[in-house]
Amino acid sequence: MTAPALEIARLNKRFGGLPATKDVSLMVMPGERRLIIGPNGAGKTTLFNLVTGDLTADSGSVKLFGQELIGMRTPDRVHRGLARTYQILTLFPRENLIHNVVLSLLGLDKLRWNPWAVLTGHRHLYEQARSALAQVGLADSAERVVAETSYGERRRLELAMALAQKPKVLLLDETLAGLSQGERQNVRELLDTIPRDVTIVMIEHDMDTALGFAERITLLHYGEVIVEGTRAEVVADPRTREVYLGD
Amino acid sequence: MNLKSIAVAVGAAACAAVPWIITNDYFVNLASQILIYALLALSLNLLLGYGGMVSLGHAAFLGLTGYSTILLVMAGYDHLTTAILSVVFSTACGALFGLLALRASGIGFLMITLALGQIVWGIAYRANELTGGDNGITLPARPAPFGIDINSASNFYHFTLIVFAIALFCIWRLTRSPFGAALCGTRDQPRRMSMLGHNVWMIQWLTFVIASFWGSISGLLYIYYNLFMSPHAISLQQSAEALLMAILGGATTLSGPMIGAVIITIVKNVVSTYIERWNILLGLIFVIVILYMPRGLVPGCLQLWRSIQNRRKARTPDTKPASEPAA
Repeated sequence: MTAPALEIARLNKRFGGLPATKDVSLMVMPGERRLIIGPNGAGKTTLFNLVTGDLTADSGSVKLFGQELIGMRTPDRVHRGLARTYQILTLFPRENLIHNVVLSLLGLDKLRWNPWAVLTGHRHLYEQARSALAQVGLADSAERVVAETSYGERRRLELAMALAQKPKVLLLDETLAGLSQGERQNVRELLDTIPRDVTIVMIEHDMDTALGFAERITLLHYGEVIVEGTRAEVVADPRTREVYLGD
Repeated sequence: MNLKSIAVAVGAAACAAVPWIITNDYFVNLASQILIYALLALSLNLLLGYGGMVSLGHAAFLGLTGYSTILLVMAGYDHLTTAILSVVFSTACGALFGLLALRASGIGFLMITLALGQIVWGIAYRANELTGGDNGITLPARPAPFGIDINSASNFYHFTLIVFAIALFCIWRLTRSPFGAALCGTRDQPRRMSMLGHNVWMIQWLTFVIASFWGSISGLLYIYYNLFMSPHAISLQQSAEALLMAILGGATTLSGPMIGAVIITIVKNVVSTYIERWNILLGLIFVIVILYMPRGLVPGCLQLWRSIQNRRKARTPDTKPASEPAA
């Protein structure tokens, strides 16, 4: 039997007296497109932070292709095939786009420890970075400084940085947030081009776009999984209407 | 050969020619001091400008090397062995200090480095038997690298310049290397760098060790120059001055700490003979630079130059003839 790409079991995290996630369990199979939904404060981003190691879980288990991630540092999780984008953009604004992607590629390359080689001399890194930028439609903007680009371009850059690492599991935290209708469509089309060997778990509030993308949906509320199933099952569930979609 | 390479070559030639241009030994010695402090500021700048870690204990490495050099020479070791052992000892202390200081970031990091620097200063001040306490201890003689006597001002200057040039080249390479890029990334977005697979802590710790290594080299030059070590050389003021050199010149640049070292060393040594309260002048310079060029002199001047160029371009009327309308 194939091991799940991401398996979360009874994951708990409390901030003082406030439980951010309560016994969260979910299983994402390889190649699956999973959507995590829930009202603000439901614990969606906290869940991502626990998976990536940005936050330390109080108890529970997170497995990536059967390998336990709890107790492992964030960079080690990344080296095992985990990548993510952030709800609040975290880029290198003073650098150009290609340098941002090169930093991403360096993260998985032993070259990052080299204090003597000249970075720009490693053409293969720059070629890979250009290719990742081309994948998200930013090939012509490679030399532009991030601070001079539009919000939509920065969102796509975040995606390019994640995709450049050829992850096995990609966590997308509100990738469509703040984008115009046209840009949303572009990003959505871009997401469709990501090959099936990349498993995607996505947090998104834009239901029109996200529902068309995801195969299975998990609804979080006050840190608990209250509904999980296929698109049709989750949308039809009265609890989804009650806490999230409304009537 | 581009303009930058020509400027570097001219600068290097001018530096090498200093003892022949300025024949007064006092000013040649002053130039040696500038190089020593510039190296100290450059090494600190790896932490400050490239790593975003503000240290107030960097002079400790200067002191650790200085004291261990004297003690080893007094114990009978030759100069080469002494130099190697001293730098290794000081860098090893840097590795240990890094382990402790990197348990915190921001103000916490600053306070731990300050505390570690003060511990070294306190030991130097109190351990009379070993360090001579407030009176300090002296190095009997300068070494003679490759049999060359470096007792004269010009020979010592050239010796210092060679060591400085090697250090500058190594630091320049580091800042342009993949490791340097990762270091700047950890300064700007540590959380993101971690999520990109970079071990932020290890990058910062290695930088701390490298900075302490070059700080130790400056300590070696310092002790060869002064032939004397006292707690004053490793006081908080010394660390703060090195920090000031980097900030004044521009911590995000390689040349900034060198410019800062030139200004502060000259104010300290030359202006102080004419103005009793030279510290006020130094403070005034610092306030003016920070007010008008918050990123330091080098980035500030570059920005000013660019804006002048842009204004000139904007004023120049478009001399190209208007294109003929299509027939």
